[in-house]
Amino acid sequence: MATLSRADVEHVAHLARLGLADDELARLEGQLNHILDQYEILSRLDTDHIAPTAQTIELENILREDVVEPSLAVAEVVANAADHDGSQILVPAILGGDAE
Amino acid sequence: MARDLRSGARSARELTLAHLDAAERENPVLNAWLTIDRERALAEADAADARLAAARAAGKAALEELHPALGIPLALKDLVSVRGGQCTAGSRILEGYRAPYDAHITERLRDVGAVILGKTNMDEFAMGSSTEHSAFGPTANPWALDRVPGGSSGGSATAVAAFHVPLSIGTDTGGSIRQPAALTGIVGMKPTYGRVSRYGIVAFASSLDQIGPFARDARDAALLLHAIAGRDARDSTSAPEPVPDDLLRLPNGDDEAASWLRGKRLGLPREYFVAGMEPGVEARIREAVVAFEAAGAVVEEVSLPHTDYGLATYYIVAPAEASANLARYDGIRFGPRFGDGGTLGNYLATRGQGFGAEVKRRIMLGTYALSAGYYDAYYLKAQKVRTLIKADFDALWTQGFDALVAPTSPTVAFPMGARMDDPVAMYLSDACTLPVNMAGLPGISVPAGLSDGLPVGLQFIGAPWSEPTLFRLARAHEALTADAPWRGMEPTALQLAGAGS
Repeated sequence: MATLSRADVEHVAHLARLGLADDELARLEGQLNHILDQYEILSRLDTDHIAPTAQTIELENILREDVVEPSLAVAEVVANAADHDGSQILVPAILGGDAE
Repeated sequence: MARDLRSGARSARELTLAHLDAAERENPVLNAWLTIDRERALAEADAADARLAAARAAGKAALEELHPALGIPLALKDLVSVRGGQCTAGSRILEGYRAPYDAHITERLRDVGAVILGKTNMDEFAMGSSTEHSAFGPTANPWALDRVPGGSSGGSATAVAAFHVPLSIGTDTGGSIRQPAALTGIVGMKPTYGRVSRYGIVAFASSLDQIGPFARDARDAALLLHAIAGRDARDSTSAPEPVPDDLLRLPNGDDEAASWLRGKRLGLPREYFVAGMEPGVEARIREAVVAFEAAGAVVEEVSLPHTDYGLATYYIVAPAEASANLARYDGIRFGPRFGDGGTLGNYLATRGQGFGAEVKRRIMLGTYALSAGYYDAYYLKAQKVRTLIKADFDALWTQGFDALVAPTSPTVAFPMGARMDDPVAMYLSDACTLPVNMAGLPGISVPAGLSDGLPVGLQFIGAPWSEPTLFRLARAHEALTADAPWRGMEPTALQLAGAGS
């Protein structure tokens, strides 16, 4: 299995959208590699013919009637946003060159 | 308590006031509670008193229809939504968030009339085994204030152990109910996956998370599970299994409780007696086994051969699911937003500053395990090993075992700070509990005595939907140890610290 370099750690942090300070990245590099070493044990098992398990109880195709049900109170939901205008959540512009 | 409430000897208001006073007096020392809502609790208590009065006026049949949790004070882990209240999940990233709806279990608890006193401390997003990873400071163990209460539901466990409430709610993804129950000397159950709706609970790892009760004895824990269990259309993973009324009918008499053991077949998984297990813990478990055999149970050593792979498997599957679940904390819909105003910069700053160290570590692990080129080697591999772990248990149920008997935690409560610099040492705290989550099974931890003056937890593991069996086993163990010197011992650290009275 792999060993993570500092660049790998930075890449994963970017994928996870985590802005990490230099000291955090350095600490994580050591800790993550130590944890990945523990995963090594799994390579001892031959699992080529084993089906993966994603859920433990055998429920399938749980559907509900297609009826309109009350939704959450919009004012209470929107009040939790960092920025909002009436019933709408405000976010930074992602289109156009004149985004703020 | 339920009896006194029904007879009118005590009111729910009196009960609630006494428990609120205890919680408020001791919380500066224990830090078990993140919020205590006196006003709302008293309003709920008055409503319970009104229901009790109406039932008394209507006669015996009406009183018997009341749920035994009516009017009983209760605590919720701070990841259960209560409309209008905070729900931090122990994280700065949810500071200021007010839940716009009630969780399914909150609705159920309102229906039966339990009185919610407040919300309890926890490891951030339920990631941890000590409650030290809370953004709001650690919770102290009431048995020794310089030790951890376990985690992640350490606040809920401590609130029950310290007699602030007789009942509380936790969640268990890898041991987060059972391990703190063990370390604080109380009863805690993780039900079968799907037994309790997760609607309105902050998600950690969705194929593993399950909600469950804490109490000081088996009967109380069982009645709380009865109150919250059952299918809910809003959580498609909640199962259409009937809620057994047997949960309300555990035997009161010790003789009846103990006689249930006769002829029961119990397995003792040898892999759970791990290296690093404290001798005092092992001694208490072996004593329980001797007592079960003396009462007529058949105890056989069994093997769960893939136990050693559990830790690595869990620490791939759980972080992978968490990394996806926690993508929603982006500073847009809830919580504070940090950054320079640009979309990417806001994400990086909000998540970098909002999450604590352990949560970032798990998100990194999960993101890596799911990332291109590593998915097969880590995540898919772990899912396959999960199949083998589950098959180990299934083989024992097929052989006719009623339950398995094991330690809950290999050690008693450890000193604060002891495992904070070594994530792998912290992760090992859950070696005996997390395979149960991997297999979706029910498990319960019950107090089994003391080692070096600190509580030891005994774990029972059962087949899917066998909660009534586990509670009967727990009740039988209570009956067999009713005269043990440690029964009735209470945490003494608070008195020593001068905080109690």
